[in-house]
Order: sequence, then structure tokens, then C-alpha cells
Amino acid sequence: MRKTVSCTINGRAYTLSVDVRQSLLDMLRELGLTSVKEGCGVGECGACTVLVNGRAIDSCIYLAVWAHGKTIRTAEGEAADGRMSAVQQAYVDAGAVQCGFCTPGLIMTSTAFVERHRGRKVSRQEIRRAHAGNLCRCTGYETIIRAVEKCLGRQAEMPSDDGD
Amino acid sequence: MFAIDYYQQAESVAQAVALLAAEPGARLVAGGTDVLIRLREGRGDYARLVDINGLEELRGIGLADDGTLRIGALSTFRQVMASDDVRRLVPVVAEAVGTAGGPQLRNVATVGGNICNGAVSADSVGALLVHDAQLEIQGPEGRRRTPLQGFHTGPGRVALARDEVLVALHIRPRDYRGFGAAYYKYAMREAMDIATIGCTAAVRLEGEAIGELRLVFTVAAPTPVRCAHAEAAAAGRPLTAETLDAVAAAVAADVQPRTSWRARQDFRLHIIRTLAARVTRRAAERAGGKF
Repeated sequence: MRKTVSCTINGRAYTLSVDVRQSLLDMLRELGLTSVKEGCGVGECGACTVLVNGRAIDSCIYLAVWAHGKTIRTAEGEAADGRMSAVQQAYVDAGAVQCGFCTPGLIMTSTAFVERHRGRKVSRQEIRRAHAGNLCRCTGYETIIRAVEKCLGRQAEMPSDDGD
Repeated sequence: MFAIDYYQQAESVAQAVALLAAEPGARLVAGGTDVLIRLREGRGDYARLVDINGLEELRGIGLADDGTLRIGALSTFRQVMASDDVRRLVPVVAEAVGTAGGPQLRNVATVGGNICNGAVSADSVGALLVHDAQLEIQGPEGRRRTPLQGFHTGPGRVALARDEVLVALHIRPRDYRGFGAAYYKYAMREAMDIATIGCTAAVRLEGEAIGELRLVFTVAAPTPVRCAHAEAAAAGRPLTAETLDAVAAAVAADVQPRTSWRARQDFRLHIIRTLAARVTRRAAERAGGKF
């Protein structure tokens, strides 16, 4: 059974015929948006994180038909005119990318977090909690947290509050 | 691809009820964070789905004229955490759902799903039980109200007919006014984990004493349990270490912890006794009490 799904993906309007059995992850990858990774497939690792109406979700446990009427963002849409987004650039600058498999999902989680907390004082603990749904086996997270801090423009004055 | 054999999107609660009644073996999918994982595990009993994910009539959190808090069943954990009414009147509900999974899950998972899937580890259920939440359920005969207390009938089982839909949860003023409450989730990790033991306490003070204690444990029996013995041990007692000891001693009669790979039975009982005292104390302190 198929359903018609109209949605906006990375700023572009789409009308798609979607199999009701498809996950949003499958749908996006079929469109060539292969930054969306299938890691665990059960909502544990966050490698498939995309933004739906500005909120981070695990696209592996989200039906494609639920995208109808919604605005989806993936890492592909974050760069503009050949330039990386502030979050993407901060990851590069902080050395927050190693093998890279988790990176697109983390970028989207960080993007939602940074957009929601701009201009607010944020502790490292809050950053950690907000990224708890994204697993990274390479970096040990420290560089990722630094990248988020840098985006929020308070890296220098941000003391460590959890002993690291 | 998920192995879905039957799929219908309901456009109203009434239609969802009719679809469930007409299609044997069909069940609801709301946020999908449990159902889609079961499907991926190859569970054929989840292959026939009536989708209520898009039903706006099931969302929304608000106050009735008499002060009763109404939480739409399809409210996500994030919406519950962000609700001013929840944070002001029943903050332990926000505290509890904030411990579930991670941010991505909380953006999608629903309170109604957390109740209706009958999980003994459900993070929302203890907070809703100490506030004696009432369930509003729609079936073919119309709507009914039933207490959440007693709704769980076994692991993964609740007293919901297969053609019924949970519409909302209600918390009455008498069940939140004057209470301080707390939740403690004992788990191996601070996020992305399932409770080994969950403890929720609500305390209403009377002068310098505990007027009423409501204590609930999850993962401590085949269903979430209100702890009548422990509650009786606290009623009318002063805010002292002796009272907390009495609560910890009495609670063993209320629970039936089991051995699983997460924890052995005797270790679970140790956690239960420890948390009964600790969380009761925290709830009493949040009610304004001093030990």
C-alpha cells in the first residue's frame, strides 16, 4: 500500500509516493540523502537523526508517511553555497569528526540544540544531556561538546562543571 | 521495510475505534517508538496497525475549570516536560518522563503509549500513579473513566479492550494540591536506559508529620505497584530517620522483585528499601518538610 506524502526536505517541496511500510530513514536514503545513516535501527544510536519541524528524531523508528505536511532537515541541507553551516564548521574546527559515521546525526542534534539555545547560558551538563541520544565510539564526546560550546559563542568563559 | 500487513490511518478517535473493531489483530501505533522496534524484532503480532499518530484531538495539555489537569494521550514526553501546567502542578511527571531514553525518543514517544504498552519499567507510570491519574478511554459504546491504579494487569498487559483508545489522562486537584513528589530511576546509565528499579513518592504534610505518603515502585513486581504497607508505615509519623526506616522495612511486603539479567532479586530488594527511604524523604522535603 502506498500513500502520497507532501513535505519539505532541505528547503525543497516534494510530493512522493511512499510505501506505508517504509521508515523515514528509507525514504530519505532513496532520495539520495545518504548522510542519514542506519546504525542500530532501534532508536538507540542516533546515527539516523534528522529534524522534523525543527525537532531531532530517530528516522529509523519513524514512519515515512508521518512526514506528510512536515519540514525535514538532513545534514545535506545545512551547507549553503559550498559553505558549511556554523555547526558543521565548528565540528571541523574542534576535531569532532573521526570515523564520521555518527557525524551527520550529531550535526542535526547539535543544530537543533544550538538554534534553541542561542543567546542562553548553557552548561556542559545540558549539552551532554541534549546529545545523550547520539552515540560516538571514536571521539569520547569531548570535542563534540567543545564544538557545541563554540557555536554558542561561550567556549572561553565556560568552566567545566562536571569534572572534565 | 517494516513487515506491516495491514495499515490504516485513522482520521478521528471514533474511526480508530471502528477500525480496531473491524480488523481482528489490529493494534494502535502512536509515536511508534515501541511498536516499530517490536516490528523490527520480527513480532508478527504488531503487523496490523491502526495509525493514530496524526490525531490532533489526542494532543494538548490543559486545565479544566475545577483545576483538573488533562493530558492528551498523544502528548509527547517533550510536550509534557515543556508544559507550564505540568511543571507547576505535577512537576514529578515532567521529571519522570525526562528520564526516558534520549531527546530524539522524547520528541516522539507519547504518554498514552507509555501507559498502554503495559511496560513494567514505564518511566511515566509511577508519577501518574502517585497523583492517582484517571484514564479517559473511548470504545464502541462511548467514553469511560477508570483509574490508572489497577489498569496494569501483568507484564505488557493493561485493561484496555482491543477496540478501545486511551484519549487522555486526568489528574484532580485533590491528588496534586499540597503534595511534594520525586522520582528516582535506578539504571546503569544516566540516559538511554531502562529502569532496573523506578521509585516515585508523593508526600502531603500535616504540620510536622507526614499526612499521606503515596509510594510506587516499577520493575519491582509484574505490574507497577502502590505500596500500601510502606504508605501505612509513614502515615501520621514525624519527619525523622526512624520513620524512613519504618518505610524501608515495610516496603518488602509490597513488592515481588525478580531476578533478571539486569539485577538479581536480592539486589533489587536492596535498591527498593534504599529508594523507599530516600525518595520518600526527597518528596517530603519538596513538600516543605525538614528532617
